[in-house]
Amino acid sequence: MVADEILLELLHAELVNYVCSNEPKEKEPSGQLNKHCNLSTLEYFGFSTGYKLIERFTKDWSRFKDELDTIKFICTDFWTSIYKKPIDNLRTNHQGVYVLQDRAFRFMSKISNGTQHLDAAPLYIAFTSGLLRGALANLGINSIVTAEVQSMPACKFHIQVPRNQMP
Amino acid sequence: MSRAGTRVDAKKVNSELFTLTYGALVSQLMRDYENVEDVNKQLERMGYNIGIRLIEDFLAKTGSGRCYDFKDTAEKVQTAFRIYLGITPDITNWSPSGDEFSLQFESNPLTEFVELPDHCIGLKYCNVLTGVLRGAMEMVQMDISSVFVRDHLKGDSCTELRIKFIKRIEDAIPAGED
Repeated sequence: MVADEILLELLHAELVNYVCSNEPKEKEPSGQLNKHCNLSTLEYFGFSTGYKLIERFTKDWSRFKDELDTIKFICTDFWTSIYKKPIDNLRTNHQGVYVLQDRAFRFMSKISNGTQHLDAAPLYIAFTSGLLRGALANLGINSIVTAEVQSMPACKFHIQVPRNQMP
Repeated sequence: MSRAGTRVDAKKVNSELFTLTYGALVSQLMRDYENVEDVNKQLERMGYNIGIRLIEDFLAKTGSGRCYDFKDTAEKVQTAFRIYLGITPDITNWSPSGDEFSLQFESNPLTEFVELPDHCIGLKYCNVLTGVLRGAMEMVQMDISSVFVRDHLKGDSCTELRIKFIKRIEDAIPAGED
């Protein structure tokens, strides 16, 4: 009983579609604020999915040594199984900021390359930001995840772990 | 990294990701709409959008040609379920005229981690499937309707999807040509 990969991509496209089509219904005066609301719904989809997924995913794993070890796991095994490739580049300042770079992000691989659709990019990465945050949250790391896209299909995720929250 | 004995099955994870994402979607829809009927409708609509794209993938993957009759269609639908959800539903309960049949599911990946609370009694959790079927069929010029008549989640012994052939969609002549 294994669902095919394309289903996830199509479902993800529908999530984006759903969130966009809800826009006119909400009576927000400014479009900017509205966009924000919608992205948070997408982010929520990701968060709750990541939170539940990681529980099943790491069931048979031994405990991670530290935060960096956890992030490394996210970059390699977790990312590979979801996005078909490991993260291309991981950087950290050892102060709780991690930058994950993916040069060919799966959900954007079907969108034409370059900069012409950059305004749509946030819609396609919000889910994944949530997914990361959810996965980390269930591994005991409260974080803030943001993403940036300079040119499709490459994107960077910034994970910030507030230091004062760590035990 | 040496964590012995932990090989991750990427396909399985993807499948679970799909299931859980779908769950998150349904729960969000339940929050967005007051009416369960609206949720069902929305799920169907999303399924439709998925279906009209999925059929392309199906035809490309299987290289199957036109269906000779509705029985042939039923078998192809069964194949599609095997490809995309990894399940093989049984084709049963043909109507005498041969324009209606049922798909019976023993289990369903969509409902893998699901339990319906009591207040969701009207919710058709898998209603996205009816939309997918309708959308996909429409692209191959068949108008069908499908409805869940039995549902595992509501305590039935199996899940049964009833599919009815309505009509063939004829090629329309492009406007301005005779």
